[in-house]
Amino acid sequence: MKKLAFGFYVALVVVLMCWGYYQAIYVAPLDAMQGEIFRIIFYHVPSAAVAFSFFAVSLTASLAFLAFRRSHKEWAQISDAWALAAAEVGTVFCTVVLITGPLWGRRAWGIWWTWDARLTTTLVLWLIYVSYLLLRRFAAGPQVQTLAAVLGIFGALDVPIVYMSNRWWRTQHPAPVFGGGDGSGMDPAMARVLGWNMLAWFAWGALVLALRYRVERQAQTFAALDAQAALDAND
Amino acid sequence: MTSAFWTHLIKDLRIELRSLDAFVSMLFFSLLVVVLFSIAFDPHGDFSREIAGGVLSVATMFASVSALNQAWAREIRHQVIDAQRMAPAPGAELFLAKVVANFLFVSVVQAILAPFFLIFYNLHIEGQAAMLLLVLPLGTWALVGNGIFFAALSIRTRNRELLLSLILFPIFIPALLAMVRATSSILTGDGDPMLWIKLLLGYDIIFTTVSLMLFDVVFHAE
Repeated sequence: MKKLAFGFYVALVVVLMCWGYYQAIYVAPLDAMQGEIFRIIFYHVPSAAVAFSFFAVSLTASLAFLAFRRSHKEWAQISDAWALAAAEVGTVFCTVVLITGPLWGRRAWGIWWTWDARLTTTLVLWLIYVSYLLLRRFAAGPQVQTLAAVLGIFGALDVPIVYMSNRWWRTQHPAPVFGGGDGSGMDPAMARVLGWNMLAWFAWGALVLALRYRVERQAQTFAALDAQAALDAND
Repeated sequence: MTSAFWTHLIKDLRIELRSLDAFVSMLFFSLLVVVLFSIAFDPHGDFSREIAGGVLSVATMFASVSALNQAWAREIRHQVIDAQRMAPAPGAELFLAKVVANFLFVSVVQAILAPFFLIFYNLHIEGQAAMLLLVLPLGTWALVGNGIFFAALSIRTRNRELLLSLILFPIFIPALLAMVRATSSILTGDGDPMLWIKLLLGYDIIFTTVSLMLFDVVFHAE
């Protein structure tokens, strides 16, 4: 039953991704100012939304790990698996954002990159999570979970400061398209396409996240079995 | 401040005074960075004033990493770090003592470096020079506070010396930006450095508080 539900979900994700692609490339009307290049928004914006949501998941799981690590060992292990999985998958989505952004910027602004508040914040966020993953790679043993959780909290604290500091410095990224002032908002046809792509990418992200979480839980089980075997061998 | 804080602080200062390891390597390293940048960019006139703040901040940042790595590495010999873990005193005091000690080392290096800096970059300060006495300590505190914390975090990992730079620099970026902008605006006399000083102050308060709260978690991670 569980396998059937999983298979159904995978099929649903594939259908959603195909539908989102079709909508983005063939259905969405041309942008009046930018021409075809604007279609990258259907990949750039959902990827950014998924990346930031997963980083939030990672932070929440890191906090949960620190809270549970003494009282509820099993919950702490679950939190740690979520923290790692969300950080990894979030970093991949963040990489997509950082690749699609300059591709668009080259056409729309005439430059690949600028040290604008949102661009810099995203880049710094990416750097922080890469360093988080490096820490998890370099540190060994059970202490890595605690160390990584602390680094995750530091990284999350840094993000608003980076954002504010860059706002004061310079800002070039387009003003918020949604909920901004005059001239913001989207053609309803475009917004619908963006909605489909948002759904498709979130469904895809959740699938990858769940798989990564399963793998990490398996790895934890094997590590626990190894530790137990080593203890038994000593007896 | 209790006696545990003073004991750790005096111990660190005494070790450094006798060996001068961290001090000499930092001073020479930062001098090298200043000279290398000076050769690479051939600064003169307005251009030198514009880049000087960045060069000074980055030189301090690279140089202090050597001292930060030493800060905990020297406790590993003779299992001092294990004794410190077992001591009944709160870890926060140990952390604070280490930060204050290294803050003093880096500040002394900066004070010695400053004249060379003015000479190599032919600087004359257009803004309020006294403000530098606020900017540099705040920036140094941000660097050393986070640095000591992350050095304690990376001490028990493989590649710990490399890992410290890898996790410290991304987190330090906003403080570096504020330090560079404030120093540049003081040197060139353009703009008001107060906004950046406030940012530095906020950064210091936030990260020092969180470090003090979480230091025991990291120090006793098992």
